[in-house]
Amino acid sequence: MQALPEFELLRPTTLDDARKARAAHPESQIIGGGTDLMVNIRRGIVAPPVLIDLTGVAELRKINADETSLEIGASVTLVELAAHPQVIKHYPVVAEAAAHIAGPMHRNMGTVGGNLCLDTRCIFYNQSEWWRGAIHHCLKTTGDICHVAPKSRGVCFATFSGDLAPALMTLDAEIGVARADGIRAMPLNALYIGYARQDEPQTATRGDGKHFLSLRPGEIVTSVSVKNTPGLRSAYDKIRIRRSIEFPVCGVAVALRRDGDALIDLRVAFTGTNSRPVRLEGTAALCGGTPDARVLQDLDALVRDQVMAMKTTFTPGHYRRRVAGVLARRLVTRLFES
Amino acid sequence: MAQLLQLTLNGRARVDAVPDNLLLLYYLRELVGLTGTKTGCDGGECGACTVLIDDEPRLSCLMLAASVAGRRVDTVESLGEDGQLSAVQRGFHEKLGSQCGYCTPGFIMSSVGLLRRNPRPTDDEIRAALGGNICRCTGYVKIIEAVKHAIELHEAGVEP
Ligand SMILES: Cc1cc2nc3c(=O)[nH]c(=O)nc-3n(C[C@H](O)[C@H](O)[C@H](O)COP(=O)(O)OP(=O)(O)OC[C@H]3O[C@@H](n4cnc5c(N)ncnc54)[C@H](O)[C@@H]3O)c2cc1C
Ligand code: SF4
Ligand code: FES
Ligand code: FES
Repeated sequence: MQALPEFELLRPTTLDDARKARAAHPESQIIGGGTDLMVNIRRGIVAPPVLIDLTGVAELRKINADETSLEIGASVTLVELAAHPQVIKHYPVVAEAAAHIAGPMHRNMGTVGGNLCLDTRCIFYNQSEWWRGAIHHCLKTTGDICHVAPKSRGVCFATFSGDLAPALMTLDAEIGVARADGIRAMPLNALYIGYARQDEPQTATRGDGKHFLSLRPGEIVTSVSVKNTPGLRSAYDKIRIRRSIEFPVCGVAVALRRDGDALIDLRVAFTGTNSRPVRLEGTAALCGGTPDARVLQDLDALVRDQVMAMKTTFTPGHYRRRVAGVLARRLVTRLFES
Repeated sequence: MAQLLQLTLNGRARVDAVPDNLLLLYYLRELVGLTGTKTGCDGGECGACTVLIDDEPRLSCLMLAASVAGRRVDTVESLGEDGQLSAVQRGFHEKLGSQCGYCTPGFIMSSVGLLRRNPRPTDDEIRAALGGNICRCTGYVKIIEAVKHAIELHEAGVEP
């Protein structure tokens, strides 16, 4: 038996108690299903002295869904989200993304909060202590070099791989964030700050694969919500090495509206490529007519411009980028014609 | 830190003092002595450690023992009665769904979880439910046949 580092486990049953526990233990880390965090604790990547388990907080376990809006509590499990009849009916991209995450046991355990705040991944990071130590720890943990890009000047390119974020971003989702003194709302897009730019200094709103969330110490993601847009068609697809259980090589969410023969609204978002989920910019220029070969070519150009996959996984970056374009084109065509 | 853990394990109420950082897998294997649940990858990738928590298959290598307080936990040892194998156990035995046997308790518990919530699953539903379990020996074909046999036995009245 391999012993885990010592920690204290707190299991609040109300959001109020969770907030107080978080304020009283600034070094604490939230645990939802633990399907990401426990792996990292077991590999000696993190060693939080206090874990706050949110799965028993009743306020965070609700899904409110109808044809006008959707609100999902942070402790809702992925299996609950994927199977919810109103989510399947009105927000198919969200249900499909949830159903595509990991394997069945992970979906029984994993939570929405944990999926949105999933740690970024890299082949030099998601390894045992022994493995990482043997080639010098990289800068996402205790070292000072990046093995993916040794000349990165302090920037980490670890990849964001959560599947729910792009799906929710195509619906312009907002999240609720609780701290000791209240709850604030912010766009989901603003949670992700993994820009990983080597030509700009890192700030509180522009980070990299190491500083990839804009949460401040002590904050908790409590919920995510979206308003429905009448006529919106949406879907999620992803490529993975094993279809039954695996992080995305690349995941793509598309939502669009069609009026007669014209595409009038197009939203595309990606995961598994950059250090943040990427909502593609500039898609308005692709609307107005039918999405013919020329429009799809322009879509590909936007993808090539904004999707920046580094060598952080077993599949090379240029392959993930091409896959991103292919999946996006397929989904746009399928949804437009459906 | 330690806590008092009250749970229903394999149908019986139980109370144990468990350290906060004890994994459910090691609670079962080392503290209780139920070694049917296996340690495979030890990191959430293989499904050998699958147990049922309130009838839902979950990975005991990624769960803290203290987090199952008040819940129903079933391991492979809970199956069968009076020396008679359960429907899923018989399926794996009679259709050769097991070779070295290391992955088998995990596959069995995933299958039992499936049959408890969906007694007549389609082939696709069987495959999806077993998607988190890995087997290096059988090539999976025999495992699917084992589950289909278990469905027939279950319909004939044998507990999953
Ligand atoms: C084999 C395997 C395959 C996987 N495949 C996929 C996949 O295909 N797609 C995918 O997206 N994920 C995948 N995962 C990762 C993981 O299972 C899921 O992302 C899951 O949704 C994580 O949720 P959780 O509740 O278990 O997170 P936890 O492990 O509990 O938490 C993850 C992180 O989020 C933080 N956190 C949790 N809740 C909150 C909150 N409310 N507020 C603030 N911070 C919070 C935690 O502190 C931690 O850092 C896989 C994992 C494994 C082991
Ligand atoms: S991208 Fe570089 S710094 Fe970041 S985890 Fe990988 S090797 Fe480490
Ligand atoms: S030992 Fe738990 S998933 Fe492999
Ligand atoms: S029977 Fe040997 S691993 Fe499955």
